[in-house]
Amino acid sequence: MSKLHDSGVTDQGPTALVQPIQRRSFLKYTGASMAISGLLLAGCDDDDDPNNSGNLLDVGSGDNGVLNYAYALEQLEAAFYAQVKTGTYYSNLGAATSEKQILDDLALHEKAHAEFFKTALSTNAIKALEPDFSSINFNDRTSVLTAAQTFEDLGVAAYNGAGRYIQTAAYLVIAGKIVSVEARHAALIRDLLSYNRFVDNDVVDLFTPTGNASTPGVGNGTGLERSMKPNDVLAKANGFLKEGSKLSANNLK
Amino acid sequence: MDLFKIISDIEKVDPEIYERLDSRRRVFKHFGLAGKAVTGAMLPGLVSGLFQRAYGQTNSLPADIVAVLNLALSLEYLEFYFYDSGLAAPNLIPSADRPAFEKIRNDESGHIKVLRGALGSAAIPDPTRNAFDYSGGRGTGVGPFATALVNNYALFLGSSQAFVDTGVRAYKGGAPTLMPNKDILEAALNIHSVEARHSSHVRTVRRGLAASQSGQGATGVAGDLSNLNARPKSWISGTDNGGPSPSTNPSTAPVYGAGNPATGAPTAIFFPAENNISQAGVDISTIAGLNATAASEAFDEPLDPATVKSIARNFVNAAVAPNLFV
Repeated sequence: MSKLHDSGVTDQGPTALVQPIQRRSFLKYTGASMAISGLLLAGCDDDDDPNNSGNLLDVGSGDNGVLNYAYALEQLEAAFYAQVKTGTYYSNLGAATSEKQILDDLALHEKAHAEFFKTALSTNAIKALEPDFSSINFNDRTSVLTAAQTFEDLGVAAYNGAGRYIQTAAYLVIAGKIVSVEARHAALIRDLLSYNRFVDNDVVDLFTPTGNASTPGVGNGTGLERSMKPNDVLAKANGFLKEGSKLSANNLK
Repeated sequence: MDLFKIISDIEKVDPEIYERLDSRRRVFKHFGLAGKAVTGAMLPGLVSGLFQRAYGQTNSLPADIVAVLNLALSLEYLEFYFYDSGLAAPNLIPSADRPAFEKIRNDESGHIKVLRGALGSAAIPDPTRNAFDYSGGRGTGVGPFATALVNNYALFLGSSQAFVDTGVRAYKGGAPTLMPNKDILEAALNIHSVEARHSSHVRTVRRGLAASQSGQGATGVAGDLSNLNARPKSWISGTDNGGPSPSTNPSTAPVYGAGNPATGAPTAIFFPAENNISQAGVDISTIAGLNATAASEAFDEPLDPATVKSIARNFVNAAVAPNLFV
């Protein structure tokens, strides 16, 4: 059953974290008749314990849970771009270059997002997270931009996948205001690394016309962003967080 | 074993089972089963009937969702036929940029497929290429953007940016209406971010062209805050000084301007101009280290359907498609 989940995500987190969401996606995509066999396969007495999250920090439930989930990802991005400024890749960039302007802007935007959530959540906010960027070489352009692409693409997929858990319309609009800016970032970073990759099959289910390309809507694929479920997002994000700051999102629904 | 034990067990693998069943209580009433034990012999037919109802597609979407999706579909047609016409025009799009516009055109085609699928029989018919007047002349063919599909690549890019940014704002504005249908909401969000990726790229190409750079070289050109019309950043800064063509009629300024209502309480949904610096009552510009420019860039803004339609209608041949964007 673990091979039947819907996303193309290869990173697998701890089994206890990913199993419930896989079963649920499985059900959603296979429909009514499979629900019964899914039930049998899962085992009627195999209770999942929602509190069994080890030493992971859970983002919580309801709208505060979604906002804290976003706050956590924005903290990670803000910390990343702040650290970019300490490396020689950034410090060697000329004052009027596009890459300096881009990295300066991204640092400001992600700081704006993180501080916004911190302020809006007030006493409901999760703690300040401790990042672990030991896998990134901040003196190397490719390493920095590749990591930036990872964070930006992950942010877009995360916001798109979490929209369904938001209960208050105004918060959904706020998330929408942020995610399109993250998508703008992601596209530019991708173009910096490899031109014309602003959309590509790793992040978008590209559409391929099967007949005359000038006839709309006929072909394979969808042109949709590949949104990700919180547990799949956090399996990746936790690789950039220290012990004690690693996250779970077991109560978003 | 009774029905409620079955549902309770299913909840372990599908936490939304009660949500699915709740709106369909009449199913229970119809079978007259509430609280009663069910024999094994009754199970197969009963359970499959119940779950086909709980998990099956419904054919009739609420009118407000249909309206949002059909507006989105109309915008996708507007964009699709624009890019497709650009690709068909000889000597308009340089070879270095054709792959990008083929990707963008095909993405829009996919979005049309998805929206048609969600709408089913409620989808508007394909308005076809003839429905649009990309000159901005509403059917005269001689509006200010007439050369965008002939030989003026800069203008083609400017129109592209205006169309795609309108789309990004429209999806953002429509999202709250889709909240009752989570799968359609997620599909719309997955279109929304792809449109934003398109906008980012088109803006990068425009900066490059303004500095005589194409291909990868375009990414080496910085945005110019004193000339956002021709050298925009890949994100919207302030109101982008009115966008690519602020002084023409029609103008691109409304693409970045306020919608209706433009103001509201922190918890309300309203449609400020893109230079808005306050989010949910938090003034972003006064956060330490930030400023008004960064505060405006960090958040895109939604647009209401009526304003979106008023922008898009400028590019419709009213005689051919009198009901499009009305």
